Amino acid sequence: MWTVSATLMPVLLLSIYNFGLRSLILTVISVVSCVVIEAICQKVMGRKVSVSDGSAVLTGILMAFVIPPGVPYYLPIIGAFAAIFIAKELMGGIGYNVWNPALVGRAFLQAAFPVAITTAWIPPEQLAKAPITVFLSPGSVDAISTATPLGVLKQFGMAALTDQFGSLSSIYYNFFIGFKPGCIGETSGLLILLGGLFLIFRGIITWHIPVATIVSAGFMAWLIGGPSIGTGNPIVHVFSGGLMLGAFYMCTDYVTSPTLKSAQIIFGAGVGILTVLIRVKGGYPEGVCYAILLMNCLTPALDDWFQPKRFAPPKAAPVAASK
Amino acid sequence: MSGFTFPKGGIHPDEHKELTEHLAIEEMAPPDQVVIPLSMHFGAPAQPLVKKKQEVQEGEPIAVVEKALGATIHSSVTGIVKAIEPRPHPTMVRCDAVIIDRDPQAPPRIYEPQDWRKIPREQLLAKVKEAGVVGLGGAGFPTHVKLSPPPSAKVDTLILNGAECEPYLTTDHRLMLEYTNQVIEGAKIILKILGIKKCVIGVELNKPDAINILTKALAQDSGKDDFEITAQGMEVKYPQGSEKQLIYSLTKRAVPGGGLPFDVGVIVQNISTTVAIYEACALYKPLYEKVATFSGRAINRQANLKVKVGTLLQDVVNYLGGTKDLLKIVSGGPMMGFAISEMDVPVTKTTSGVLFLDSSETDTGEFGPCIHCGWCMQACPMGLAPKEVALYVEAGKGHLTTKFGIMDCFECGCCAYVCPAKRPLVQFARLAKIAVKKHG
Ligand code: SF4
Ligand code: SF4
Repeated sequence: MWTVSATLMPVLLLSIYNFGLRSLILTVISVVSCVVIEAICQKVMGRKVSVSDGSAVLTGILMAFVIPPGVPYYLPIIGAFAAIFIAKELMGGIGYNVWNPALVGRAFLQAAFPVAITTAWIPPEQLAKAPITVFLSPGSVDAISTATPLGVLKQFGMAALTDQFGSLSSIYYNFFIGFKPGCIGETSGLLILLGGLFLIFRGIITWHIPVATIVSAGFMAWLIGGPSIGTGNPIVHVFSGGLMLGAFYMCTDYVTSPTLKSAQIIFGAGVGILTVLIRVKGGYPEGVCYAILLMNCLTPALDDWFQPKRFAPPKAAPVAASK
Repeated sequence: MSGFTFPKGGIHPDEHKELTEHLAIEEMAPPDQVVIPLSMHFGAPAQPLVKKKQEVQEGEPIAVVEKALGATIHSSVTGIVKAIEPRPHPTMVRCDAVIIDRDPQAPPRIYEPQDWRKIPREQLLAKVKEAGVVGLGGAGFPTHVKLSPPPSAKVDTLILNGAECEPYLTTDHRLMLEYTNQVIEGAKIILKILGIKKCVIGVELNKPDAINILTKALAQDSGKDDFEITAQGMEVKYPQGSEKQLIYSLTKRAVPGGGLPFDVGVIVQNISTTVAIYEACALYKPLYEKVATFSGRAINRQANLKVKVGTLLQDVVNYLGGTKDLLKIVSGGPMMGFAISEMDVPVTKTTSGVLFLDSSETDTGEFGPCIHCGWCMQACPMGLAPKEVALYVEAGKGHLTTKFGIMDCFECGCCAYVCPAKRPLVQFARLAKIAVKKHG
């Protein structure tokens, strides 16, 4: 858990550079509230206080990473309550939760504060040299409203997005490095990819879920993402919104994803397909959060359907052990 | 030489073999008193042949199993029977034992070499039985029974298990180095008893010296007898030495669940057992001495010792200079061995090693809930789902775990070793098996 959190630090640094100190403050608030709420819950419920396992810290970081940088500072506290108390401790504590706590927190905030969660975007430093005061103002930042690329894409189409960034290659560049409006920790495909590769290299996660998610999302984006069938731009979809973060860091949560490789591929594919369906056909510009939560529901079934291949199982009629 | 390994799972635990692998086998001075348990084998306990105050000779039979499955037990010293009474036992808590006070004047018994090649196979088998040889790797299954497979079984290959994949243990390694000829001759005796030609000695590649010395000896020996014996290196991976895994690694044959090695034409013998068979047939020497590794960082001096069966652990510890910071005593390897709580248990025929572990080698943390990482499933060499078994047992549904193949679990401990939540998965597996048996 601690390693996973550590690999997210570069993403946080870039976010501070992009969106200012607000990113850091929101993340710290989120982490602290998750840890405190978990400790309180465990004390009250008579469980062993296990905040040192790092799982609440990771939940805190991930939840902060999927909310916009301009939201009021109290929001992560409410989110942490939903994530840790409702989605984790009430479900039985770590290991027994069905849904990814960080995403439950985010979904809860989206339902409770629909405006803040969908409009409090800050343009990255690079694109608009915003006055420093914006980043330090305590309340929600609605002075500047910037739409996320996915919002632009949804409302105005690909041409508008190209206009905004200048050219298609500039879109790819900015999306890949992470200079674009978006949630605190979602913008940089590059840093998330590096972190994810490190986790794969260290054997903490395997490639199955991220690859399945990204490939299927790319394919769906190409298929239905454009004006006609087969003209969508898969790269823009893959590198926008929370897809990369979701694929490498949310879908791979041990507790809420299936255990066997084959089941993991189905799981990842489901997330990718649902994400693009929600983005293109649904009411929200972004769908990663709900896609993962929906696939989380299927995890127990997938775990049951897929069983490991046994080594030398008994024959139909077992050989009599004539010891 | 890679490629000689098993297809699923497995782990790479710290070996700790450096503590003893370079130490030559050392003969421990016999203790003043031995406690010889009457149960040191799979099957019925032996019935004593001797009485209190009776004089016994080193190597004399002191207990036999008449009709049931079992093995003969011999005195390991010359002396006088002091008592026959229940005493602490490493696995059975307490068990009847013959206690013998050693006569310090008695000279050690000398065995003259015999030409086993002149002895017909039935008599060789009888010698093995008389000598009380049992499988020295684990359960102590009587060897003469294992060497008489039913005629329906078409056995064509003998495998000698020199994998010694358990951490710490180095007895088989040392035996292969120092008793090379005895191992090879022992293999030939078994081949003759079985009436087959082919034998493979499987050795993990972390013992290159053993592979070398065996290969050289076999090359010099080739053509002397009409047998085909080879030494084969195998990938270093636990549990390479487990019977089913070993057979697959060397022959690519899979013993089906509930089956025995001879179902796929194989008989497996442990290296120590092979040496015991050699001594039984070529020296007429019964099995009453055991080479075992005494290791772990809590004992003052680690050693590969040849000890008399019935020597108390306390005597061995005194001989090796005592212990410090002792936290846990394990009989056997750390993966499949079992904890011992007292020092007054004796070394038995099946003791392959005793580990004295200190705080740096013992994990005393508490276990947590399963986080479904699935590492246990990747590690399980049988392709089972230990995490599901454990969850079922925790929910009181252990009897429903046959669908995960729980009866194929041989308690190798790979699953528990990798579990990040430190869940005692082997204990859960045992409970599940008990529950399955109870529900028929
Ligand atoms: S102890 Fe049993 S369940 Fe665990 S890895 Fe070994 S065979 Fe598999
Ligand atoms: S290794 Fe432990 S925590 Fe992981 S799935 Fe298995 S039992 Fe659960």
